[in-house]
Amino acid sequence: METVPAILVGLFFAVSVYLMLSKQLVRMMLGIAILGNAVNMSIFVNGRLTREVPPVIPEGLLVPTEVTANPLPQALVLTAIVISFSFFAFLLVLAFRAYQEVGTDDVNDMRVAEPENDPLPPQGY
Amino acid sequence: MAGPTTTTAKVDYAAAMNLAPVAPGDWLVVAPVLIGLLGGAICLMARKNVSLQPKLAMFFLSLLVAANVGLLARVLDQGVITMVMGGWLPPFGIAFTVDPLGATLSLIASVVAFCAGLFGISTVDSTGRRYGFYPFLVLLMSGVCGAFLTGDLFNLYVWFEVLLISSYGLLILGNSRVQLDGAVKYGVLNLIGTNFFLIGTGMVYGVFGTLNMADIAIKISELDAPASGTLLTIAVLYFLAFAMKAAAFPVNFWLPASYHTPNIVVSAVFAGLLTKVGVYALLRIMVLIMPASREYLADLIALVAIATLLTGAFGALAQSEIRRLLGYLVIAGIGAMLAGLAIGTNPEVTTTAISGTIFYAVHSIIVMTALYMAAGVMNQLGGSYDLRGLGGLYQQNVAFAALFLVLAFAVSGLPPFSGFWPKVILVDAAFSDGRGWLGAAILFSGFLTTIAMGRVWIYAFWRGGPEGTPDGQAVAPADGQSAGTVIGATVWVPLGILTAMVVYFGLQPEWMIDLSARGAAGLVDPLGYVRSVFGDQ
Repeated sequence: METVPAILVGLFFAVSVYLMLSKQLVRMMLGIAILGNAVNMSIFVNGRLTREVPPVIPEGLLVPTEVTANPLPQALVLTAIVISFSFFAFLLVLAFRAYQEVGTDDVNDMRVAEPENDPLPPQGY
Repeated sequence: MAGPTTTTAKVDYAAAMNLAPVAPGDWLVVAPVLIGLLGGAICLMARKNVSLQPKLAMFFLSLLVAANVGLLARVLDQGVITMVMGGWLPPFGIAFTVDPLGATLSLIASVVAFCAGLFGISTVDSTGRRYGFYPFLVLLMSGVCGAFLTGDLFNLYVWFEVLLISSYGLLILGNSRVQLDGAVKYGVLNLIGTNFFLIGTGMVYGVFGTLNMADIAIKISELDAPASGTLLTIAVLYFLAFAMKAAAFPVNFWLPASYHTPNIVVSAVFAGLLTKVGVYALLRIMVLIMPASREYLADLIALVAIATLLTGAFGALAQSEIRRLLGYLVIAGIGAMLAGLAIGTNPEVTTTAISGTIFYAVHSIIVMTALYMAAGVMNQLGGSYDLRGLGGLYQQNVAFAALFLVLAFAVSGLPPFSGFWPKVILVDAAFSDGRGWLGAAILFSGFLTTIAMGRVWIYAFWRGGPEGTPDGQAVAPADGQSAGTVIGATVWVPLGILTAMVVYFGLQPEWMIDLSARGAAGLVDPLGYVRSVFGDQ
């Protein structure tokens, strides 16, 4: 049951790593978005997959009668989705503002904080 | 599966919940987080009132210090304390488990935040306040304290994100070109780091079906092969994630690219706290939860530690911008802390080495914050952050020059200040463990740091004026306004508190050595930690 989603997770990671290795900031952002999804899906698969049996206990019983879906990974993923979504939104705005200020989205040219021909410290005393 | 039971039978809540009332003193366990969240929210409401904000924030930050003092006193008195959210029995509820290590770091961090809040009164202008310097600072502290106090892996991730989002806010406060450039690198790399952490956490859940640290520690110690391939994968993922957070070589490049860009007080807080939370998480996971994997990876960790020590020290030598120089010194300190993590195959040596790491973390939190603050004062006095533009500060303010010299000695690891003792412990442990190279790297890195700091002292303080001043003459700084600048009390008090701590831990190290040894012992032998969560079974 887990094999196919696991392969999909691997594919997602491959795509996100490929995109994050790009020089263009926009592609890196897309890579980060996919990385977040890959991580969420890997947590989900780690919690083991079952057919859609809701973890609802029938009236009058104290334990469920059959193996149910695991609700904890869903709770974890939900938390992680909210966090990664908000971070992604922030990073998008940040990247746009940086593009406006620095005038390039090529990360090799984004050298404002660390200028390329920075003078060495004074020599001799 | 057990046969169905009907609800007509009396439900035994004690099977799933802790029904005993929480002892009043134990509420201190969640107090730092509550104060941080509540204080952040209230400061946010007073966002527009720029004169009220600092007062509110200082009130909450002093409350935070008081709560952490109480918490540390209680932990030292009663041993490890656990509080489980909602009263669910562990491992089902999210546990906050406070041991001497967490409580110590939480206390030192809150003291540093208090000093930063005070320092911010004079360095953060009303625009910075209106855009939320104080709310972010207080919220950052709830994230930092939460990370130090929690006993649940996923919860640790959540606190990491709380402190990360607050740090984003602080980093771009001011919205200048150089800040946005630095923030992109900081933001992207830190987010990728937390994603690695999350992958590892997902795998831990997949393997053990639990996220409670004490529960995982037991389950791993009961395995036949406690360093199997799966567990090593998880350990390496965690090591990569937290090395990224701690800015260890080769994933350190975000730090010197971003730490010099924001307001100087923000740099001070970041340099003091953020990387050390990464080191703390490494200690917690590699030593408490996965000791077998740590021993297996010890050579790798040692290599990373040596590379980090050298990168930091050589990087510092190559900088003429003081803030960037200090950024590299933060990295060199991380190398020394990682060195402690690599040492030891028998519990005794390991405990000593880890206690060195803990003491070094405390020292580094205090001294790096103080040094960044001092850089801010140097800019105020001399009108520049660059060694070429500085000079004659000794004549301008002798007391400040003396204070800087103390901090420079401390960061280089020279006696009689706080940097000396953790280095003695670490180097001694390294040699007794047969890792002489590691000890040599720590000493060599300290030597290079001494040169770098000595150069700052000679250029910024000793010579008569900025570059171009004739030899033997003293001139007022080129920037006419900054001549005769008076350093206010809101600058002197926080700098003074931090420097006093540096001197105190240097002259009276027994207290801190004892405290770090207790913290390390609790990590190496997790019995107390586990018992606090699950009771005496």
